[in-house]
Formats: sequence, structure tokens, C-alpha cells
Amino acid sequence: MKIVVCVKQVPDTKGGVKFNPDGTLDRGAMLTIMNPDDKAGLEAALRLKDQYGAEVTVVTMGLPKAEEVLREAMAMGADKGILVTDRVLGGADTWATSQTLAGAIRNLEYDLIITGRQAIDGDTAQVGPQISEHLGIPVISYAQKIQIEGDSVIVERQYDDRYHVLKAKMPCLITALAELNEPRYMTPGGIFDAYNAEITVWGRANLVDVEDSNLGLKGSPTQIAKASDKVRKGAGEKVNLDPTESVEYIIDKLKVKHVI
Amino acid sequence: MDFMLTKQHEMARTLFKEFAEKEVKPLAQEVDETEVFPRGTVEKMAKAGFLGIPVPKEYGGQGCDPLTYAMCVEELSKVCGTTGVIVSAHTSLCCDPIMTYGTEEQKQKYLVPLAKGEKLGAFGLTEPGAGTDAQGQQTKAVLDGDEWVLNGSKIFITNGKEADIYVIFAVTDVVTDAKGRSKKMISAFIVEKGMPGFTFGTKEKKMGIRGSSTYELIFTDCRVPKENLLGQAGKGFGIAMHTLDGGRIGIAAQALGLAEGALDRTIEYVKERKQFGRAIGAFQNTQFQLADMATKVQAAQLLVYKAAMAKATQKVYSVEAAQAKLYAAEVAMEVTTKAVQLHGGYGYIREYDVERMMRDAKITEIYEGTSEVQRMVISSALLK
Repeated sequence: MKIVVCVKQVPDTKGGVKFNPDGTLDRGAMLTIMNPDDKAGLEAALRLKDQYGAEVTVVTMGLPKAEEVLREAMAMGADKGILVTDRVLGGADTWATSQTLAGAIRNLEYDLIITGRQAIDGDTAQVGPQISEHLGIPVISYAQKIQIEGDSVIVERQYDDRYHVLKAKMPCLITALAELNEPRYMTPGGIFDAYNAEITVWGRANLVDVEDSNLGLKGSPTQIAKASDKVRKGAGEKVNLDPTESVEYIIDKLKVKHVI
Repeated sequence: MDFMLTKQHEMARTLFKEFAEKEVKPLAQEVDETEVFPRGTVEKMAKAGFLGIPVPKEYGGQGCDPLTYAMCVEELSKVCGTTGVIVSAHTSLCCDPIMTYGTEEQKQKYLVPLAKGEKLGAFGLTEPGAGTDAQGQQTKAVLDGDEWVLNGSKIFITNGKEADIYVIFAVTDVVTDAKGRSKKMISAFIVEKGMPGFTFGTKEKKMGIRGSSTYELIFTDCRVPKENLLGQAGKGFGIAMHTLDGGRIGIAAQALGLAEGALDRTIEYVKERKQFGRAIGAFQNTQFQLADMATKVQAAQLLVYKAAMAKATQKVYSVEAAQAKLYAAEVAMEVTTKAVQLHGGYGYIREYDVERMMRDAKITEIYEGTSEVQRMVISSALLK
């Protein structure tokens, strides 16, 4: 089995987010990490490798510095790393990013593509599903459990209060949640091996079937009006009432909040 | 001369730090309080490859250099001195002599499971009458057919009851030198837990590193297969001294970690603690104390890293190891003591990490050669 995992190097938001005066992220002032959802996706791929045997290739798009996350992924057990970097790819939104990654992945053989659900610096959750659209393969998002059965994957897709069990024929794409697993640590020897290994570097010329008009800042339809730190969702409230009481309860709540 | 760490070493430090913060720090206080050996942490470290860092890959290790190993002990000790010494005793005192002096069969049988972390190692040299004077050994081994028969006891053994594989020293012969003085010939043996006649004595109740399992080992007609002799018969003293040279780098790294940990906690504390209407970090006494502590910690780190690099590149590194251990241990004691003082009354309370760190630091001036022994090693090289 061949698995491609897409990862992103993101600012570590644990220590707080720092913005430039123009509202964009001050990336230079923040430490970088492998995006947590992507790391869970990588761990899922490595577990499939342990269980079924697989070749795991990690792909990232970014500045040359993003090579670090590929080395980290290889120190955890990934087999190959591909860095997609080119000045013309800078300033990409989710559309241009997914076009770029799909263009890179077209060079590769794969049974499964795993991406994180979303990156902590953008929180869009769009890139994974967009890649699947560009490649014309099925997508199962928000995976909290992944199993292989013959030429299919069986995935538990998480919802707020339940999960769906979905089956898809491979090749397909899965987007992983950080809650999917507890990623393994790198090994000390793996770190040294990762630095001895070759990282494949691809630029614009290596992207297959992608128009220039879909790349970089020029190919990005998104305009950022304002950026702000993430506001965490509340835990919600669960009540066990019969349907009539539930309706009354909700109406009361909405009235208190002046919604109705 | 380059004082910059390589990217590999930086990434390894990130790994060790993340592991220490996530897996070790939350348990450090409980491990100290309850004196319970952190078996779960050891299993996690085994899985992460921390128990065979400088062992070649063909023997199940990680194939890294001694500096990477020292950094691991340093980062673990920043949050828990007990965990630091478990790794140090296992790696430096058990894996290393088998790696250096073992036969291919011994390496396959013992080093591979040790380096993979499937087995834990320990080292038994010290006896009630043989501490700094290692020649004062009383434990004897006599060859009987295809087995060595060991009789005697070892004390203060780190990883004592928790280990599976032990490197044990015993007198195998007494010879008379040219001046007519008798000299004990010491040999090293690989002993497995469960070998007939090998039992445990009392568990020591210690001032610090309280979670490490420190036991007396008792050998009563303990029969060890002939092939478990490590190195040549009669060459055990040299094996012990060479092993301790490496061990001192591990303990120096432990001491360094304790000093760094105490400094980190103190910097956090003095920013928050207010007296006379301002943070105590605003007082010049605090600032000057911190400046001295940080400078000494930095000097200790350079000595420890230099010794670790010397182990990788030089055949003999006794002086580098002795200097690193002497200085790092004394800095650990000084910095942790000052850290307690800067914490005031809270520093004396067990809830605060610096109290534990000060108790943990003391042993680094004593075990694997006291500070006095390190001075003997250094000065004898100077006056040679």
C-alpha cells in the first residue's frame, strides 16, 4: 500500500498568536510545529504501515524552512519527504494550495491520501476535500478511526454528538482529527537518519495538470479582510428531556439570549 | 571551534524536552513522595528509543553519539532527577561495558534487549568496605567447572531491584607484586536476575532521587555461566574505571539538568512573587544571584558537552569526564541551594520543585566518584 500524507508547518499557537500591523500572522516571531491534525494523520498512516505494511510519503508546500516538518515526519517513521516550494506559489489560499498539492500528488502512486482536518493557523478545513475534488477521488473527512478492509477503507467520521461509519474504495482521501490518536515520538536515531536522507524538492515545473492562474497569490480568490485569534467554542450543554419539554427549554434559552 | 549544535542535536533536544514535559514532569513529585520506581515512564522511554541512544543500530540501539545521550539525561533531569539517573545507570554502566568488552554472543544476548529497552541494566561495584577505594572488594568469584560461583554483596545499586541484567565485579585471584604486596585481581561478570543464589537485601531510604530503586545485591553461591565473564579475567578493575569515565558524563548531564531545572523554576517564581510591592525579580540581589547561577550553568553545560564529544572522538577522556562531573555536580548543588533561598519559605516546602531538586542534586557530588575522586583524577593527570 502507498500512502501520501500532507503536512503543514504552522506557528505554534500555544504561546499565543502574534499579528503584524496589517493583520497577517507574524510568523517570524512564533515557533513552528507540525500542524496537530496533520500529525495525527501521519500517525494514522504510520500505524497502517505497522499493521499492513505501507510506504509513507510526506508532502508539504511551504518555504524551504518547511523541510523541518518533513525531517520530523521521517524521524517518526515516514519513508520519503517531498517539499513543494517556489516563489510563484507564495501567498496561496486554500484553492491555490489544494491545486498545488494535487499537482504534486499527480506525480505519485497512492492508495490513500491523508491530510489533517484543518491547520491551526487558518482553520479552514478546505484543503483536504479540495485535493480530493481535483484528483477525482472520494473523501471522508473528520476521521476518528481508520481501518483497511481489502481494497476499501472503513472510517468513523466524527460529528458533535455521534459518528458515521463510512466505507470507501481506495484510492481515496481522508482528513484526520487530532483526536484520532496520540502521535508517536520521533526516535533519536530516526532524527539522525532523517537528516542523512534526501528530501525531494519540487517547484512549479514539477506540478502536473495545473494552470498558472490557479497558483500562488494570483490564483487565490480569497481576500483576507481581517484576522483574529480563534475564539474557542463552548462545551455546550446537554439535557435529557422529553420532546415537549425540550422545545420549551430551548425556547426559554433563546428568549433569555434575546434571539426570539 | 564551533559552539553551535547541529540541527540533528537541536531536534533531538526538542524531542527530549517534549517527552520530559509531557511524560516525566507530571509524575516527578509523586515519584519522589511515594518512592515508587516509575516503571510506566521507563516503558515509554524504551518505546521511544531512549534506553539505547549511544548503542549501534546493529545491536538494537539508536546509533547516536554520546552528546545526544547526554542531552537526553540532561532534559529528563531538568524535570526529574530520578528518571535521569535510571537512564544514565542503565546506559553508561550496563550497556556501555557490554558494548565495549562483550563478546559477540554476549552482545546479542544482553546488549540487544538492553538497548531496545526490553531489559533494564544495573552495575554493581560498590561494597560496604569498597566505595572510593574500589580495590577493597570482598565479593569473590571462583570457577567451578563451567560456572563461576559468586559470594558477597554489593550496596547502593541504582536500578537495583528493577533491573534484569547486572554487570558485577568480584575478586577472582590474589597475586603478589614485585614488592611482595598482595593485589586483588578483579573480574567483571554479566549476571541475570533470577540466577540461583542472587537475591536482594534492603532498599535504601534516600535523601533524593527517591524513585530510583537503590538496593543491596546479595550473592550466595550464585552460579553464573562461565561464558558470562565480561572481558578478560583479572581485568575487571580497568573495565570498572573505564565504565565510570563514561558514567561520569551521564551523571554530569544529570547534575546539569537539575541546575537548569532549578534555574528555570526560579526565573518563573521571581517574576511572580511580590514583596514590598514589587516582584522580587526587580531587586538587584535577585538579579545578581540569577546572573551568577545562569553563568555557572552555562559553563557546566560547555564542560559536559565537551566531555561527551571527547568520548566520541578520543580513546581516553578521563580528565574531561572528571572535570565535567566535578563542576556540574558542584554547580547543581550551588544553584539548587540558591534556588531554594530565592523561593524563601516556599522553597522549603515539598510542593515546590526546587526543594526536591536540591535534595536530588546532592548525590551528584557523591556517586560514580565523589568530587574528591574527580579532583584526584584531574590532579594526577596534571602531575604525571
